[in-house]
Amino acid sequence: MNELALLIAATLAAGTPLAIAGLGLLLNERAGVVNLGAEGMLLVSAVAGFAAAHDGGSEWFGFVAGAAGGAAVAAVFGWLVVWLNTNQYATGLAVSLFGSGFSAFVGIGYVGKQLGEQPPHRVPFLADVPFLGPALFRHHPVVYLAIALVAAAAWFLYRTRAGLLLRAIGESPQSAHALGYGVRRIRFAAVVTGGALCGIAGAYLSVVYTPLWVEGMVAGRGWIALALTVFATWRPGRILLGAYLFGGVTMLQLHLQARGVHVPSQFMAMLPYVSTIVVLAIISRNPLWIRLNMPASLGKPFFPGA
Amino acid sequence: MIRLDVRPTPSLAMSVLSPVIALTVTVTLGGLLFLALGKEPGRVLSMFLFEPFNGARALTELGLKCTPLILCALGLGLCFRANVWNIGAEGQFLMGAITGGGLALWVTNAQLALSPWAFFPLVVLAGAAGGAAWAGIVALLRDRFHANEILVSLMLVYVADLLLSWLVFGPWKDPRGFNFPQTVNFSASTELPRIVPGLRLHWGFVFALVAAVLMWLFMFRTYRGVRLQIGGPAPAAARYAGFSASSAIWTTLLLSGALAGIAGAFEAVGPMGQLTPHVASGYGFTAVIVAFVGRLHPIGALLGSVVLSALVIGGQLAQSRVGLPASVSGVFQGILLLSLLACDTLIHHRLRLVGWSRRTAP
Repeated sequence: MNELALLIAATLAAGTPLAIAGLGLLLNERAGVVNLGAEGMLLVSAVAGFAAAHDGGSEWFGFVAGAAGGAAVAAVFGWLVVWLNTNQYATGLAVSLFGSGFSAFVGIGYVGKQLGEQPPHRVPFLADVPFLGPALFRHHPVVYLAIALVAAAAWFLYRTRAGLLLRAIGESPQSAHALGYGVRRIRFAAVVTGGALCGIAGAYLSVVYTPLWVEGMVAGRGWIALALTVFATWRPGRILLGAYLFGGVTMLQLHLQARGVHVPSQFMAMLPYVSTIVVLAIISRNPLWIRLNMPASLGKPFFPGA
Repeated sequence: MIRLDVRPTPSLAMSVLSPVIALTVTVTLGGLLFLALGKEPGRVLSMFLFEPFNGARALTELGLKCTPLILCALGLGLCFRANVWNIGAEGQFLMGAITGGGLALWVTNAQLALSPWAFFPLVVLAGAAGGAAWAGIVALLRDRFHANEILVSLMLVYVADLLLSWLVFGPWKDPRGFNFPQTVNFSASTELPRIVPGLRLHWGFVFALVAAVLMWLFMFRTYRGVRLQIGGPAPAAARYAGFSASSAIWTTLLLSGALAGIAGAFEAVGPMGQLTPHVASGYGFTAVIVAFVGRLHPIGALLGSVVLSALVIGGQLAQSRVGLPASVSGVFQGILLLSLLACDTLIHHRLRLVGWSRRTAP
């Protein structure tokens, strides 16, 4: 029973960065922009977050730096794809390649360093409830922030005028433009916001989850977060569900390993990637369903003159 | 303010100039980066720009680096033109290294005495089979299940990497290798034939050049090749003409997977001479940039591979001589692709300065 509680706790912790990054990418995609640079943005913000938390002495400093780093990289990406109309796939890929090189480059001085000991986080009273306490109420505040962000994003997208506009731009930028809205400005804002969210996710990885900096430590979570947007059929609530599902797979793999299940560790480590592939195939099986849910202008550049 | 106006026709001059401008921007930014790090920019930049071309030995090493990049970029260029976003060439490269290296390991363990020229076609076939099988998974999932090929091919990179790691840490580990994750050194009968005795450059380089010419013939001189490229920019027109999207997916993915696999097999059997986790050197990702620098054109891939190989070699020199991290070449690669994409805007757009002239305009 206690073991199950710990597994649930570990799942929430592992799913949190995926949820926050996936939510950022969802906002991008709802505005019609595919961001393949997620992996690079996570890496840059992970190293920025770790450096700031290490040198600044406060993990909150790390989160601010991570969000700023993610937003800065996203601004470069957004400028290229929104204002210069470059190919979104190629540009995103370039951002990922740049991010992995750049993060390794600037992070070289931080390899092997450690952050100061942080006091454990406990929700008052609830943390002492048997079973539920250790499973749900002894987490870093960012774990709860992820849930709050998802709720806020759902409210924003479906209950506010600005959210409606964002969705409209993802469906038909031409119509939004004809109504007099600045499509490019809004797309750019969505990209930068998405980048800041990826930045928080990256900082969470290096400041709270691991907590250290190693080259390439994001290990494909940026791509898994992209797969999550498809899995969630572009709805915020399902991002959370998917993120915890993948978090659970990651944890189950470590859990089985610790229990001495006789499968080579490399095959266990394949589980998150293989399950992403399997889930993608199952979700995408019905092309009509995906097409109905996918923002209609996803990946397409917008020319205001046309 | 700078404004972009759409050109009536794409500028031919700009499509040639854009990679040159992008390279200039990259070198300038790189110089500033070195300056900021307190390294002599002139000295470091010459490691990237001149030393890889300095002398016969350097040139053959450049050719050695070019070989996998050309092979991977040829297939990727074809994929991207057909609008199939195979980003997982690195995984297909690794699978080729596993199958090609596995064949060499088998020949070594069985103590077969083959002439290098008898082994060469075998290693090509083994690599092609491994790479094509890995890309075939992507094609199958894309064709039957409509799964996004970008994500599937990328996830398979991590899977291939773990598979290689399992092999060299486990069943294929050299029992007398002091517990290092590596196989035994492959026997002499698996060596790729050298072009010049004493230098490492092997006939795989010539194979890559021939593949580039064949790819050019396929893309621009065969009905099937031209048909593939129509499906990319104009899927509706291609459907109307009765061109099958599913055949385009299978053809481009299998071909690019086979080429990347051959590159991986050459790398494992050629310069490495054994399998280690270091076979995963990022050639598959670098090849994406090669493909774009080469304008998704087979002959352009040859030029692009020279530029990117120089960056890779320069990065290694900068690491050993002035202690810069090897990832500096990754930074260069990212900046190069980003500035190339930005410069490509000039092919279809004209820059115009507005703001001051607005009042005087009629």
